[in-house]
Amino acid sequence: MNEQKTEDGQDTVVALDGHQLLPQLVAHLREHRDPLRDEWASRIREAHLLEAMTPQEMAAETTSVYDNYVEVLETGSVEALQHYARDLSERIIPRGVETHEVVGIVLLLRDVLARSLFEKYQRDFPLLNRVLDAYEPAANRIANTVAVSFVEERERVITQQQDAIRELSTPVLPVRERLLILPIIGVLDSERARQLTEQLLRGIRTHRAKVVVIDITGAPDVDETVANHLVQTVDASRLMGASVIITGLSPTIAQTLVTIGVDLSKMNTIGDLQGGLEEAERLLGYRVTRTEADDAS
Amino acid sequence: MSAGPALVSILRQGDTLVASIHTALDDSEMIRFQNDLVHQIGEHRARGVIIDVAALDVLDSFGSRTLRTIAEMARLRGATTVIVGIQPDVAYAMVQLGMGRMGAHTALDLEEGLAYLSSMRNRRRRAAP
Repeated sequence: MNEQKTEDGQDTVVALDGHQLLPQLVAHLREHRDPLRDEWASRIREAHLLEAMTPQEMAAETTSVYDNYVEVLETGSVEALQHYARDLSERIIPRGVETHEVVGIVLLLRDVLARSLFEKYQRDFPLLNRVLDAYEPAANRIANTVAVSFVEERERVITQQQDAIRELSTPVLPVRERLLILPIIGVLDSERARQLTEQLLRGIRTHRAKVVVIDITGAPDVDETVANHLVQTVDASRLMGASVIITGLSPTIAQTLVTIGVDLSKMNTIGDLQGGLEEAERLLGYRVTRTEADDAS
Repeated sequence: MSAGPALVSILRQGDTLVASIHTALDDSEMIRFQNDLVHQIGEHRARGVIIDVAALDVLDSFGSRTLRTIAEMARLRGATTVIVGIQPDVAYAMVQLGMGRMGAHTALDLEEGLAYLSSMRNRRRRAAP
């Protein structure tokens, strides 16, 4: 609080401390909302950010981000912003918006606003300093909040998808009495192999299966680890009294297995799923015959 | 021949012996079981042996080695061994520990074991008319 008197009311401004500076700053940003927002939007376009969004969406989002931003500056509470950021992320993640874009636009807004404050207070350097002292921590906190919310939302989506994939990808399907099919789709890591084997063993007991056809057409590549998992699955099934037929070994996979020297001689393998089913039916004593076609041709 | 209450029941069903393990056996009990069973194979002139382990929720390396030994001894005395009722968790633990090969036929349960033995008997009959 210095009593230094200068011309035209600047003394009042100088007399304000950090707490009173922020409301003034917010008032300034509210007053110049439209030009600042447009400036920000054009900076976003120049930086080629958020190109997945239409101009209308851009206008709507930039307006609401701007308003949220100023509000957080005013209240200092990031909770509302957190909520908004999560909401925004939920909307834009499916559109393929990347983390760097979200962080980028928030930083651009920070810069645009800082620049405008600079312009307004440039004649009084000590005051500008104090204005920026008030503005910068709040602005950085906002950038932080938005980035963290976005990343958290993304991680949540990824975890959800991983769970979904894990659930989906290991169905144990009964085809006939005492015959199960287990199609393996996607990468077979140790965790999945364990889960898959446990599901299969439970399925064998529930369905009293005698024969299991494991189809690995959908497994992108089979290395030594995966092959050893398969051997374990086959052995465990045999302990439960079910014999296993492996189908869908592509020429590439067959070559890999031979080259790395995995011993699959004790495994019953057949080229494709059709052949595997035929073999399984033979083992179970089924004979599939075609009935007379009674179409009126 | 044996002391204490039976932890394993060995029942005769035609020319098949059905041995059910009711509870986890320690090493000496396992040996006693092995001796009892192999002895009875001769006594009853059994051609098939079913060992039911459905009540076990764990099967250690000694246990599975003993089962393998029994199967081999039974074979030398002219009987086919089927191990039935291995639980999913037990099966998985066994392959993890590298005990995936039992050296004996395995079947889902007692019924399946009996069906396997009778199919073996039919095959023998057909082979030697």
